[in-house]
Amino acid sequence: MNDKAACGLFDSGHRACGGCGAAMAARLMLDAAGKDTIIVSSTGCMEVFSTPYPETAWKVPWIHSLFENNSAVASGIVAALAKQGRKEKVIAIGGDGATFDIGILCLSGAFERGHDFTYICYDNEAYMNTGIQRSGATPYDASTTTSPAGSCSFGNKRPKKDLPMILAAHGAPYVATASIAYPPDFKKKVEKAVNTPGPCYIQVHAPCCTGWGFEGEKTIAVGKLAIETGLWVNYEMENGVVTKVKKVVRKPVEDYLIEQKRFRHLFKPKKNEAEIAKIQALADRNAEKFGIDIKLKT
Amino acid sequence: MLQITEGSLAVADAVGKCRPQVIAAYPITPQTHIVEALAEMVANCTIDAEYITVESEFSALSACLGASAAGSRVYSATTSQGLALMFEVCFNCAGMRLPVVMTIANRAMGAPLSIWNDQQDSISLRDSGWLQFYAEDNQEATDLHYLAYRVSEDHRVLLPSFVCFDGFILSHTYEPVDILSQEEADRYLPRFRPFQRLDADDPISFGLFAAPDYYMEFRYEIDQAAKKALSVFPEAGREFAELFGRDYSGLVESYRMEDADCALVAMGSLCGTVKDAIDDMRDAGRKVGLLKIRTFRPFPAEEVKKALSGVSRVAVLDKNISLGSKGAVALEVKDALYGSQIPVHDYIIGLGGRDVQKKDIARVVTLAEEGKGDLYYGLREEVLK
Amino acid sequence: MALGTGCTARPGKSRNNRTGSWRVFRPAFIHERCTSCGMCRIVCPEGCIGENEEGLPVPDYDYCKGCGLCAEECPSEAVEMKKEEK
Repeated sequence: MNDKAACGLFDSGHRACGGCGAAMAARLMLDAAGKDTIIVSSTGCMEVFSTPYPETAWKVPWIHSLFENNSAVASGIVAALAKQGRKEKVIAIGGDGATFDIGILCLSGAFERGHDFTYICYDNEAYMNTGIQRSGATPYDASTTTSPAGSCSFGNKRPKKDLPMILAAHGAPYVATASIAYPPDFKKKVEKAVNTPGPCYIQVHAPCCTGWGFEGEKTIAVGKLAIETGLWVNYEMENGVVTKVKKVVRKPVEDYLIEQKRFRHLFKPKKNEAEIAKIQALADRNAEKFGIDIKLKT
Repeated sequence: MLQITEGSLAVADAVGKCRPQVIAAYPITPQTHIVEALAEMVANCTIDAEYITVESEFSALSACLGASAAGSRVYSATTSQGLALMFEVCFNCAGMRLPVVMTIANRAMGAPLSIWNDQQDSISLRDSGWLQFYAEDNQEATDLHYLAYRVSEDHRVLLPSFVCFDGFILSHTYEPVDILSQEEADRYLPRFRPFQRLDADDPISFGLFAAPDYYMEFRYEIDQAAKKALSVFPEAGREFAELFGRDYSGLVESYRMEDADCALVAMGSLCGTVKDAIDDMRDAGRKVGLLKIRTFRPFPAEEVKKALSGVSRVAVLDKNISLGSKGAVALEVKDALYGSQIPVHDYIIGLGGRDVQKKDIARVVTLAEEGKGDLYYGLREEVLK
Repeated sequence: MALGTGCTARPGKSRNNRTGSWRVFRPAFIHERCTSCGMCRIVCPEGCIGENEEGLPVPDYDYCKGCGLCAEECPSEAVEMKKEEK
């Protein structure tokens, strides 16, 4: 890991929005993984903003095939490297749309077969590249263009699909959630994943200023609030057992929701206590399930 | 060494001898025997390959794409529904100029579901940039795999190829096949030298997106490469002939065409039946010949035009139908003959595994002589009301 | 001009795209207040904050998009966003 490098292995000149969480994730991931890494990218924001022909921001070998097959392409690469006796690490990276939805077939197959690679999902909670449409990772009540808030709707009707658990159930030796709001933690997890034999999964929260509706300078602040309210939990699982959890002194979910335009309908024209309570219940369930609450001595 | 063997097994043997490093396998009738045979070879260390049992054909070709980009020779096999599921990846492979070789055990497309033979599957991917070779018998099916790797991997081409052989008719029948030894195979097909590969020592980004100011030029380059195969394939065929005596250097092959009045045009196993039918008809004094098309992509328009220049009529046997239009081979032949006065009659025949016999071929020739063409041959009465 | 066969490219060309032109606000780095914690360099999505011999942050204004994350996350208030003078 080389903290001193300026742009490191992800070059400047890419076309991500100013303040982009996914761009941060790309830089931090490469910082942790190093130059002997092959990146297999799905179609999505990160791919599009980094590789308009003839420009590329990637200084490691990188391949993009289709939207939904990065896990299958990675499987082939891992097999080829094994046959050729080569040591490069393979990281498949995709957004939540590519990972939770359209790519679930290839992802499940690759994890079931146990290939030695790492899958990193940069979770900005919607299909951002195509203009903010709902995915299986979109949180409850978030407004997207295909789950818009309106006079008969509060936005997305379903909670986030619990993909880390699904992949742990495939027998993945290491599964972790992370956030770009805590860069050293994310980097440590990437380093651990690429050095753990077998299929490893990291889901890194990548707040999206354009899609969620906040100023680019607040990307990290919003990411921290997600964790402090319990709507995102940073944890690690080894062989299906939760081994580490980031504990917080919890804030009410309102503190997080009010920062983002995608939840504005819960506050304007008037505050929707009932829906906010449902979201609070989701956070409370997370807190209980993972034991994230720091008990303050009174 | 001559062996009586099932088509699939002969193909599997040839594939093994081509030394693929990565094989991605998914079962589908009627190619399954190929991948099963390869699995056995891997399990017994007869070949040295990574064998990935993928969760769908889509993943099979995706895995091949990745492994090929990483610099390994790869293989998969499929047909019909499986090939259709790979549609997206097929365009991707060709666009990324990766020399994947796949066997297609030709089978009809559903709906309705059919496991039996016709050539709709591979023909429906004629726009994809994959080269397409059609085998008349199991010997040719076997040998074409060596040629396919040679041609695909040639740096002047760098395009993936389908080796097509008719499902069940060839894949599941036993024929005598001359099997090459590993040493003979190595003499013809050298180790894979990728043009470029994923490599940390020389990092390249593969699969960028191309905006309108570049996209067309990439498509042009793929097309040029496919057309380059028109000369690279005969070269590869001549070298094969020099080493092993079997000559596949023709993009097309003429059978008894010298003074033919009516020329039949066909691809694949039909050619065997047609040749036998022609021999019978010739004995009876009818001047018939066969133009066999070996490479459907790139389409050998010049060769077709030359071969058909002296005939009075052409009867194309199409084991496919471009619904709402005509048979694909007939359309290509008509285009090749554009400007000439020779009538080209299209016969849609043998779809979904319907048997085609010598007498049917003779009947087709009669229909052509009567000027009756552009029809489905041998339909059941009930649909013709 | 030959194209990268199969739509490929070697590293370096993204630098032709000087994203500094996107900027509306420009970060000013106040070295007197800086503790060299490195936070700005870690969080910058462009990776365009280098460092000088003293270990103090030096932004590359050719690529800085002016997102303001460095200013927001600096624990010493050593970065201030100012409206860009064009």
